[in-house]
Amino acid sequence: MKHTTRKVVGLSLVSLTGLAAFVIVAMLGLILLDIVRGGWSHVSWRFLTEAPTDGMMGGGIFPALFGTAALTLLMTLAVMPVGVLTAVYLHEYAPPSSFLARAVRVAVANLAGVPSIVFGLFGLGFFILFVGKGLDHALGYQELHWAQPGILWASLTLAVLTLPVVIVSTEEALRAVPQEQRTASLALGATQSQTLARVVLPGALPGILTGAVLAISRGAGEVAPILFTGAAYFLPDLPTSLNSQFMHLGYHTYVLATQSPDVEATRPLLYATVLVLLLLTFALNLVAVLIRTRTRRKAAAGH
Amino acid sequence: MQEQDLAPPVAQPTLSPAARRRQWKERAIAGLITVVAFTGIAALVLILVFVAKEALTLVTDAAAREEASFSKMFLPQVVRKGKPLAYVWQPVSSVPKVSMIPLFVGTLKTTLVSMVVAVPLGIFGALFAAEFAPRRLREVLKPTIELLAGIPSVVLGFFALMVMATFLQDVFGFTSRLNAVVAGLGLALAIVPVIFTVTEDALTAVPRSYREASLALGATPWETAWKVVLPAAAPGILAACVLGFGRAIGETMIVLMASGNAAIVSWNLGDSVRSLSATIAAEMGEVVVGSPHYALLFFIGVELFLFTFVLNMLAGMWTRKVIQRLKGGAG
Repeated sequence: MKHTTRKVVGLSLVSLTGLAAFVIVAMLGLILLDIVRGGWSHVSWRFLTEAPTDGMMGGGIFPALFGTAALTLLMTLAVMPVGVLTAVYLHEYAPPSSFLARAVRVAVANLAGVPSIVFGLFGLGFFILFVGKGLDHALGYQELHWAQPGILWASLTLAVLTLPVVIVSTEEALRAVPQEQRTASLALGATQSQTLARVVLPGALPGILTGAVLAISRGAGEVAPILFTGAAYFLPDLPTSLNSQFMHLGYHTYVLATQSPDVEATRPLLYATVLVLLLLTFALNLVAVLIRTRTRRKAAAGH
Repeated sequence: MQEQDLAPPVAQPTLSPAARRRQWKERAIAGLITVVAFTGIAALVLILVFVAKEALTLVTDAAAREEASFSKMFLPQVVRKGKPLAYVWQPVSSVPKVSMIPLFVGTLKTTLVSMVVAVPLGIFGALFAAEFAPRRLREVLKPTIELLAGIPSVVLGFFALMVMATFLQDVFGFTSRLNAVVAGLGLALAIVPVIFTVTEDALTAVPRSYREASLALGATPWETAWKVVLPAAAPGILAACVLGFGRAIGETMIVLMASGNAAIVSWNLGDSVRSLSATIAAEMGEVVVGSPHYALLFFIGVELFLFTFVLNMLAGMWTRKVIQRLKGGAG
């Protein structure tokens, strides 16, 4: 190839790839701009603290906010112990290249790729129709008590969905704890579990928190898995027990966007709801990124 | 051998009761952690078992077999007397018609649109980030795309429904406002981050020595990127595309909101479509528990699970391949 053609081809390749990167960023910018512009003026303290009114044509989103928070809190309580211990097994206990550890890894990677709607079916089939029905039977309830959609089942379904997120980021956090610290602890006579509890886990704590935050931001935005496991169309009362249904920001968005009799009238409301949901997930992601960069910097400074 | 036999037996160290107790405790903890670690495998198995269990009525129940046999799902059927055989999905009419073909066509159409957009964007974007961008720019680019990945799909569906649909209709003059192109572009927003991230990982995994060797031979940076780094990372990039494909097939909310949800068999991208995943989401709410229709929706769930499972296994294989290849090459 001649020198000039080489240069031209090179330049066009660089600009083509640069253009692709630019388009991705521009799309993100466009989405943010549209949602912020559409929703900003409608987000107010009253909007955040009032229940919807007029058949969801007015009022606020408090029950949806509360439902989303309660749902993700329960989900986090369920997923963190399991996710962290699984990562601990993979990184601290499993013999290197053991068959079992490999099987767990493959399963977790595949779990991450299961479509979210299938998690919804799973929640319905397993938690509600199997576990719930079994509980009702065992506890002697005559009418449906546990064998119906509720916040507990929805949060457990989400916990299964976010399990891979927690496992992957916890493992990364464990990897970042220097091997010498473990060796030093063991050399001082500490057992493996003492080393784990007093050296490894504290050292990995920021990374584990990152995982929790990422799981929360993922779980808070998922709608498909809670469609049949507990989310309610309209429910002015807050959920009072583990088997009550609840409102949810994402589901509320879906309902307002597709089933409103008057789209023009609900548009500001809709945009404001989306903006709140988006700000929530972004804030969580930002927290995760901040924790991660801080730990990385600390780790870099330590060496 | 003989010498070993002659050697005096090694004295077993005798543990104090406290030490022995500690040892048992350690074993118990290790056992507990191991058991918990199987939750992931258990979850995957339970998902398949319990979704398939509800779909089983299609095989075991005579009435369900009658209404939704496999031939009715996959072969053309009589829809109206005197009309040619056709594929129709109308599970709640007086004579239920349960052909899966319109749903397959719908899923395929939205998925293909999204892939056509997202694959070049994701791969080229990642190539730029990994090879050409100055470090500053790169450090901005990656978190930005992570942010895009963090947008809940219901928000992307909302954006596709409210903004993109109107814009695209104005530009292309689609007859139906919600169609395969709108849903596909919405999906593309969801899978670009997947393809970008996995591709970028594969590209950065290529050892520096490859690049240095190429540059030392007189190749320009773009020749190095295009002819050395990209081919070296090829299996990983393939894995990225397959992962993106799997996500696009399974993604629900975007398609549910932006596709128009009409089960039509046509190859016109401007027509409304109904995907497999959106069908579950849209119809599960009104279905009678235990009915053939209910079992059908779970059967669709089994299909989605199996599709994405196979795709994920392939992607996993290719990711391992790229790591092995680069390790072998660099070592």
